[in-house]
Amino acid sequence: MSEKPIGWKGKKIKEMLEESNDLFNETQHYYGIDTLKFKEHDPFRYERAYASLRGALVSARETALHVAASPIVKEIGELCFALYTPEGDSIVVSTGILVHVHTMSEAIKFMIREDYEDDPGINPGDIFLNNDPDCGNVHTTDVQTIIPIFWEDELIGWAGGVTHEIDIGGITPGHVLMSSIQRFDDGVYYTCKKIGSNNRIWKDHMITAKKSVRTPMYWELDEKCRLAGDLMISDAVIEFIKIEGIDYYKQFIREAIEEGTRIFKKRVIERLIPGRYRAVSFIDQVGEWEAWQPKAKVNKIYNQPLEIISDENGKLNLSFDGASACGYNSVNCGVGALSGATWVLLTQILIYGDKVNDGAYFAVNNYFPKGSWANPGDPYLSYQNPWANLIPAYSCMMKCLSYGLFSRGYREEVFSGYGLTRDAIQGGGRYNAGPLEGQLWMLSTFEISGQGLGASAVRDGLNWGYAMWNPESDLGDVETWELFQGGVPYLARKVKPNNAGHGKYRGGSNYGGIAFVANSKDVEFFGIAEGLVFSGAGGMHGGYPQPTAYRLIAKNTNLKEIFENQQDYPLWDPDPANGEFERLLKGDIIRKPYAQMYPISLDNYDMFHWCMSGGPGYGDPLERDVKSVEQDLNDGIYTEEKVNYIYGVVAKFNKEKEEWIIDEKATQERRKEILNERKEKSMTFEEFWEKERNKIVENQLIKPVKRMYKESLELSDKWKKNFLEFWNLPEDFTVEVD
Amino acid sequence: MVKYDKKTLEMMIEGKLSWEELRLIISGRKDADRFEKILEILQERVSWPEKIILPLHEHLYIVLKENNRIVKCDCGFEFGNYNENWKTKCRVRVRDTFETIEELYLKDMGSDPTWQELREYLCPGCFTLLDVEAVPPGYPTTFNFLPDIDTFYEKWLGKQAPDK
Ligand SMILES: [Zn+2]
Repeated sequence: MSEKPIGWKGKKIKEMLEESNDLFNETQHYYGIDTLKFKEHDPFRYERAYASLRGALVSARETALHVAASPIVKEIGELCFALYTPEGDSIVVSTGILVHVHTMSEAIKFMIREDYEDDPGINPGDIFLNNDPDCGNVHTTDVQTIIPIFWEDELIGWAGGVTHEIDIGGITPGHVLMSSIQRFDDGVYYTCKKIGSNNRIWKDHMITAKKSVRTPMYWELDEKCRLAGDLMISDAVIEFIKIEGIDYYKQFIREAIEEGTRIFKKRVIERLIPGRYRAVSFIDQVGEWEAWQPKAKVNKIYNQPLEIISDENGKLNLSFDGASACGYNSVNCGVGALSGATWVLLTQILIYGDKVNDGAYFAVNNYFPKGSWANPGDPYLSYQNPWANLIPAYSCMMKCLSYGLFSRGYREEVFSGYGLTRDAIQGGGRYNAGPLEGQLWMLSTFEISGQGLGASAVRDGLNWGYAMWNPESDLGDVETWELFQGGVPYLARKVKPNNAGHGKYRGGSNYGGIAFVANSKDVEFFGIAEGLVFSGAGGMHGGYPQPTAYRLIAKNTNLKEIFENQQDYPLWDPDPANGEFERLLKGDIIRKPYAQMYPISLDNYDMFHWCMSGGPGYGDPLERDVKSVEQDLNDGIYTEEKVNYIYGVVAKFNKEKEEWIIDEKATQERRKEILNERKEKSMTFEEFWEKERNKIVENQLIKPVKRMYKESLELSDKWKKNFLEFWNLPEDFTVEVD
Repeated sequence: MVKYDKKTLEMMIEGKLSWEELRLIISGRKDADRFEKILEILQERVSWPEKIILPLHEHLYIVLKENNRIVKCDCGFEFGNYNENWKTKCRVRVRDTFETIEELYLKDMGSDPTWQELREYLCPGCFTLLDVEAVPPGYPTTFNFLPDIDTFYEKWLGKQAPDK
């Protein structure tokens, strides 16, 4: 235990944190800094200083992942590093899974508030480990290593690194677990725990940690990777101080954050319009049909309404008021994860290419209603899959800001949204043959980093290349995934037709995959994706949401005989109504319209299909350029029938040229016909209102929908007021779930 | 200072810029006069005389009409005061059956209509599809964007709104 306080000027760091908060609340400037003295006095030195620290962070990340790292971390860079002030505010960040920059900030603040300075002590060379969503993390699977940085006997900052693990020792194998419903299912928990001193990880920790997960080797590699990166950052900061001096460093880090805040507000004023923005998204939960645990047997639709007020000073006020209740399932979301998501999307939409740090966090007010999925306030619930709420909910933010960007004229910055990070098929098994016989393998494909991006206001969405949580997303190489999921070799990967959200500009498309179980025993398999509702805030300005996922599995197949006889096996599932599995396989073919699936057992030669998400569309599909539609047909993005119905495009397949050719004249006719059909099949808003209201008052709603209304009405007076006013319902109106 | 000529911006609006051209605009610094330039381009394109004060949507504009700020479609249809949700003046087509949802999506790749329906909001003038909502049955219509026009003009652009 240290005798003398480790803060600046003889203060304890808790006092520094309080002082920082007080000064910010008083002045609305970070640490009360109202002029950027260093930047104004010597901008070249200031910018060079920032660039040198930023360079050190990027280089630490690039080097660390080559020192040691599990395949996910190495292949697609599922890691990031950041440098923090003594109070835990990020100054500079590396590239990578940036969602975690702010989550580690919350962990440092947790240690400060809990008086770690007194007990267990914060000393040079100490190493702390955190993966607890109750102190800032997203889910246990993201593991953070945080070390203090000292200059003489003062704490001058923290270095933090995070990696995403393949397995975290939870209720089943996997990295985002479906069947977790309480904290005790979530795997191993480290709540800001000291795990080393003198820059070495304690042996007793490593022994316990490796026995706590199903992938001990990857755990050790990643732990070394994070520590290596942190130590490089620490060295770089010491070098920085040797060059620039400690006084410069101390003032510089605060100015850099204040500048981050200013850059953010300036960007808002430069790019958006002040006003009120609203969007809403949903996700389905099918516990009633899938869960094992009695208290998890509930079907739900999660309400994810977002309101953003952009005020006259460029500050954004975010509110999830009206969000559905938390519960016994894996999709609860802690405040740190939400702040991290706010921050990571802002770095993509507004503050890319400039000083990216917690300054942006200080320019945003968040309201996360207690008791909702967005801030349950109960550490004993499960936080294994907050992404299921977080990812669709934040597509609302992308859409809201896009309304502003559009009105301001920056149409190239508009995005209608993005696809859910899915199809998160997972599980694992044990090899029962081959060179690895007896060893465990994990199914944990990180292809999920490559989803469809929504269309913008001037072009189509990016195909198979977007993840909201990592601006550098990449679907990786099959060969790498097969290294650790060798029990389920790939049979095929193929573009999935009709998988992109419709619109004048279509959403990004995506592909489906097929794999089978080989050389294994004790295989568990499960999956997570939306299924009965569209994920995210839908399309924009007349564009449609991207399609939903579904589940397709074949058990007790004749695949072995098919291989032996060299016959055809399914390579894809282009149309679930006319299945290739049904056509080519013998066995039990299981299709489910929903895609959240609790673990089942699979045997050798069982097969499964999964599908990555497309992105939402932008604008009226009837305005899509016919040449683009022709291209879509020839690329297998859409099929002729859908293109005719939705885009009003008539095309014929030319067998000689082996390509689709548009019939321009028939297309014009067809488009006119669709406009007429719109007249006939639509009603006035008043008629719509009456019909829709009857669905509520005449008890036509199914249980999960009623449950959603009941929860939102009970959790928020404001949401309730809006709902009752809109439908002209009496004040004592309630929804009962029978 | 970055500036783009009108032709470039017009081509962008029409979706005619190549990826190479567009990429430079996306990754570059922004042109501070964009709002004014786009306003000018849009005003030239509409067939009616009212002054546009804020573009709201691919087809909708907040315009000045007899000193009122109203929402107007490029086809000429008027949706009323911008403070009210223009969607409540639309014609609406609801897809709340498997049959109508599967016209757009393959089986199992659209929502289950008892969980979530699709609402298509159409302009009563030109029947352009202006918005699609995917919401559970009984969900209130969302008012997506209510701009604070006076603050925008006075505080952010540093000038009076055109009707002030
Ligand atoms: Zn119209």
